[in-house]
Amino acid sequence: MKRLLIAAAALAMTVAAAQAQTKAAWVYVGPIGDFGWSYQHNQGRLAVDKALGDKVKTSYVENVSEGPDAERVIRQLAADGNDIIFTTSFGFMNPTVKVAEKFPDVKFEHATGYKRADNVGVYSARFYEGRYVIGKIAGRVSENGIVGYIASFPIPEVVRGINAFMLGMQTVRPDAQIKIIWVNTWFDPGKEADAAKALIDQGADILVQHTDSPAAMQVAQQRGIKAFGQASDMIQFGPEAQLTAIIDDWSVYYINRVKAVVDDNWASDDTWGGFAEEMVKMAPYTNMPDDVAKEAAEVEAAIRSGELLPFAGPIYKQDGELAVKEGESLTDEVLLGMNWYVKGIDDKLPQ
Amino acid sequence: MGWLEPLLLTVITASTPLLLAAIGELVVERSGVLNLGVEGMMVMGAVCAFVVAVNTDNGLAGVIAGALAGAALSLIFAVLTVSMATNQVATGLALTLFGIGVSGVIGDGYVGIDRDPLPQLAFPGLSDAPFIGPVVFGQDALVYVSFALVFGVAWFLTRTRAGLTLRAVGDNHHSAHSLGLPVVRVRYLAIMFGGACAGLAGAYLSLSYTPLWVEEMTAGRGWIALALVVFSSWIPWRAIIGAYLFGAITILQFHAQGAGLGIPSQFMSSLPYLATIVVLVLISYERTRARANTPLCLGIPFVPDR
Repeated sequence: MKRLLIAAAALAMTVAAAQAQTKAAWVYVGPIGDFGWSYQHNQGRLAVDKALGDKVKTSYVENVSEGPDAERVIRQLAADGNDIIFTTSFGFMNPTVKVAEKFPDVKFEHATGYKRADNVGVYSARFYEGRYVIGKIAGRVSENGIVGYIASFPIPEVVRGINAFMLGMQTVRPDAQIKIIWVNTWFDPGKEADAAKALIDQGADILVQHTDSPAAMQVAQQRGIKAFGQASDMIQFGPEAQLTAIIDDWSVYYINRVKAVVDDNWASDDTWGGFAEEMVKMAPYTNMPDDVAKEAAEVEAAIRSGELLPFAGPIYKQDGELAVKEGESLTDEVLLGMNWYVKGIDDKLPQ
Repeated sequence: MGWLEPLLLTVITASTPLLLAAIGELVVERSGVLNLGVEGMMVMGAVCAFVVAVNTDNGLAGVIAGALAGAALSLIFAVLTVSMATNQVATGLALTLFGIGVSGVIGDGYVGIDRDPLPQLAFPGLSDAPFIGPVVFGQDALVYVSFALVFGVAWFLTRTRAGLTLRAVGDNHHSAHSLGLPVVRVRYLAIMFGGACAGLAGAYLSLSYTPLWVEEMTAGRGWIALALVVFSSWIPWRAIIGAYLFGAITILQFHAQGAGLGIPSQFMSSLPYLATIVVLVLISYERTRARANTPLCLGIPFVPDR
């Protein structure tokens, strides 16, 4: 009888311990081996593991395409007893909302989306703050003022990045030119390398990318020009080429959110954090004159403190129309739906 | 003309992996087997080539490893489709998925490693000639290998007895079998050759084109190679035209965008595929000629005495 009681107590304790452990899951649109978007999200997940240890059990599913499969995967994760699920791509928006309706006790966080619910929060990062900084650096470092930009898809996020970059560059070099190539993919090292070569052959001496692989950085290194890394620090692919990189750092945000679930005070929220919230970071400033590095660090600090707003007026659209006047700044709503270029960009935005 | 040289150089590098994979698949299809696993074999070749090259610090070892990896994966395909006569389409697709998955596992610790690209060959004197020097004589070895393969395959198929046997097996495997020709052995060898070529194409991608490894870096080139084989109506020299046409359109659309020509980029991205469809329609008008080239037993499993 005594042994039975002890066994029962032990069983109850393990069950309680298991229930006390929070389960968190991540859904990635690409492979964690892409050294870009999904890689950085996974680094965030690993940070959660490290910070919260035994309190949390994390898992992930990678390579989930943005279609019907996504719903199946998210539903499976919810049914498996996960307490919070992070879906890390815009195309997971509708599947996330759909599954969230069926599982009201599970919490969902959707990256780069805009649909919310009681148990669905959204989050994104103000990468454009980083774009403004690199725009300033490009304006100083470029010899002929021609920048090559490898862009993925003409969605507001990418257009925002181009505009912020241009605005930053124009503050130090009003006549700078930008050549944009739309590769229509987030990830294809071969195409990105081809686009990089085409831009260099057409005279660009600085490369910027909004795609995921380090191929363009490699081409820059081979051809002896400078480039900016994207999503991760790509310095080992361009030891003499990389000026800096815009790094997506999700660790602080993920640790906060999972901790909120552990402490039972999670609430649906709309987070759009930048330098100040530690969601966007810059890689060390390399391969540039000291005074340029100093200026870049100052600009970064100014944005972080809120003193400098990248989209502060006056800003003119490509057709000359005034988008925002001096003293004001573009609102988040306008930024989220941005589908126009600022003046000075010599390209026709694909619709 | 200063813009033509760098343009041609990039067209050559873009077209070479397509040509390598296409010529291998052409031989496989000529023997009557439809191998849809080209993408999987290409990506396995890419990862194994990169892993070996990083560990041995030797590009040549990497290239050989890539070819062997492609051949090894195609051996699995051969056992399933030739010895066990399974459905070739399903097996090929399964092997593509398998190859992509396994390559991710193998390459796990190698993401983020940088390498120098394969060295470009230099023919003393010739490589210095203006314009044709770098374009024709200054490429890395795999570009020349791709052309040598095309000529080799063309000569093999039309001028040797073994090539005749292979074509016979592809056109009518039952008659070939009745004549005593080794259908199974021919198909095994053809499949492994195709796998090795796909592996070489992958090795080119990860060692020369963009010397790095990231998952799924082939990004669908294996499927393009499959389309190219049909595009070339199973004639080797036409594979060169197809591969270079495709590569040229891909590169030209980037140059057009960079030059600000104002043509929608989505249209430009779809141009290579549109071009393939147009050519497929054109060659199917010469009905008898196109049909005469399709290996008549393509895709049909061989079961003797059935």
